Amino acid sequence: MEDSMTVELLWTTLAALLTVATFSFLYKDNPFYKFAEHLVVGVGAGYFAVLLVMNSLKPTLIDRVIIGQWWYLIPGILGAMMWFRFSKKLAWLSRFPIAFYIGTSGVAIPLYMYNSVNRQLSATLDLTPGFGSLTEFWNIIIVIGVLTGLMYFFFSKEHKGAFGGAAKFGIWILMLGFGSSFGYTVMARVSLFVQRIAFLEEWYFMVKNYFV
Amino acid sequence: MNIFDRMVALDRRWVFLFLFVVVALAYFFRSQFSVGVVTTGEVESIYNFIENAQPGEKILVSFDYDPSSLAELHPMSRAIMLHCFRKGVKVVTVTLSQYGAGMVEEITREVSAEASELYGREIVYGEDYCFIGYRPYPAFVILGMGENFRVFFPRDYYDTPLDEIPIMHRVRNYDDLKGVIAITSGTTSDMWIIYGNARYNMPLSLGVTGVMATDYYPYLGNALFGLIGGWKGAAEYEKLVKQEADANEGMPAQVVAHLTIVLFIVIGNLGYLMTERKKKITV
Repeated sequence: MEDSMTVELLWTTLAALLTVATFSFLYKDNPFYKFAEHLVVGVGAGYFAVLLVMNSLKPTLIDRVIIGQWWYLIPGILGAMMWFRFSKKLAWLSRFPIAFYIGTSGVAIPLYMYNSVNRQLSATLDLTPGFGSLTEFWNIIIVIGVLTGLMYFFFSKEHKGAFGGAAKFGIWILMLGFGSSFGYTVMARVSLFVQRIAFLEEWYFMVKNYFV
Repeated sequence: MNIFDRMVALDRRWVFLFLFVVVALAYFFRSQFSVGVVTTGEVESIYNFIENAQPGEKILVSFDYDPSSLAELHPMSRAIMLHCFRKGVKVVTVTLSQYGAGMVEEITREVSAEASELYGREIVYGEDYCFIGYRPYPAFVILGMGENFRVFFPRDYYDTPLDEIPIMHRVRNYDDLKGVIAITSGTTSDMWIIYGNARYNMPLSLGVTGVMATDYYPYLGNALFGLIGGWKGAAEYEKLVKQEADANEGMPAQVVAHLTIVLFIVIGNLGYLMTERKKKITV
């Protein structure tokens, strides 16, 4: 019991030191930060390599070939052909799997058009008749916002008069969008920071409980 | 050098230090003040989706994030899973993130133990939830699961054949599930929208990091039936399920951090405007 607590404390202390080493970059670049950075990259790459072999190559290729489903060798060979990129003479062979991969990505084109263009257009112009509801008010604002936002990027006509006014309104709409994105970004970064503070607090109590 | 010149020339490390101190203090004294969290329609619709599900119905929760986003997304993952377990909704979990597998295994184990204690019934792996594991290339995996889960996942994370897991009986593809909730920190959310929702038309909602949230609001109401954005969204969900934890505890620090940043933006702009004005007067 004592041993497992000591081991846990040592690992948590190492993580706490690495957290402090990472924060030290805020003062200036230094060897402690560089060590922490390289450690993350190295551990991450090693972990991913093992995961890829055990979770992907083994169950979906090796295990299937072993039980006689030899046709799984075809995508296996195609995948291996990607490595010819490193040979100047045979690099052309890698174009076959790349062409296959790009070709299969073509399935995304109609789906992307449907969900990210067509449905977005119809949702933008959703002007359900009737008044008195806040949703309808915002629907009108969305239509006006989209149109004036687009006007700002129309440079074939000078931004003067009514057109200039609409373009100016459009830039305000864009600024509101950027502002809300920035607010959310701050929230995201602070969340990460608070979690690290929480971890350091947890480590402090762990050390205290161990020695007291 | 007057005060405005000093404002503009302020070393950014002072800003970091100040922010560090106020956020740490706000977190340490979090029990001294609370922040009212107002729930929004986009989060409520996910809550209602699970609340209106019948016990025994199944949903897919995809944890498509890695440890770098754990702080932001774990609170919402926990709250959603607790809600499902409370309602008796079965949860099939998967990860499309390369570093996510170990993390998902940990959270599913922890939350199922917590739910067992909270709701007074044992949450059993294979009957109440399962974790089918990780496969690379999210777009293909999403398409594959739309045909048959067994194409990419013949066995679960613990090497048990899918057909031997009770929760996966009669589950062939998305048609056999009530819906999908993808908690993501990257482009996988686009893949769920494009390959999952557009191709198979299953009910889809997203839980995303704060940085991503504004990008996905336009999809609400058509491709998505709900959206949880960052810690604020997680805090809302925790409040709805009455299990306030990490996200709610962090809200005082969030408020203080935002106010500090607004203060520094005002100081910076004021300094800039005044020094520009001084330059004009001098010219």
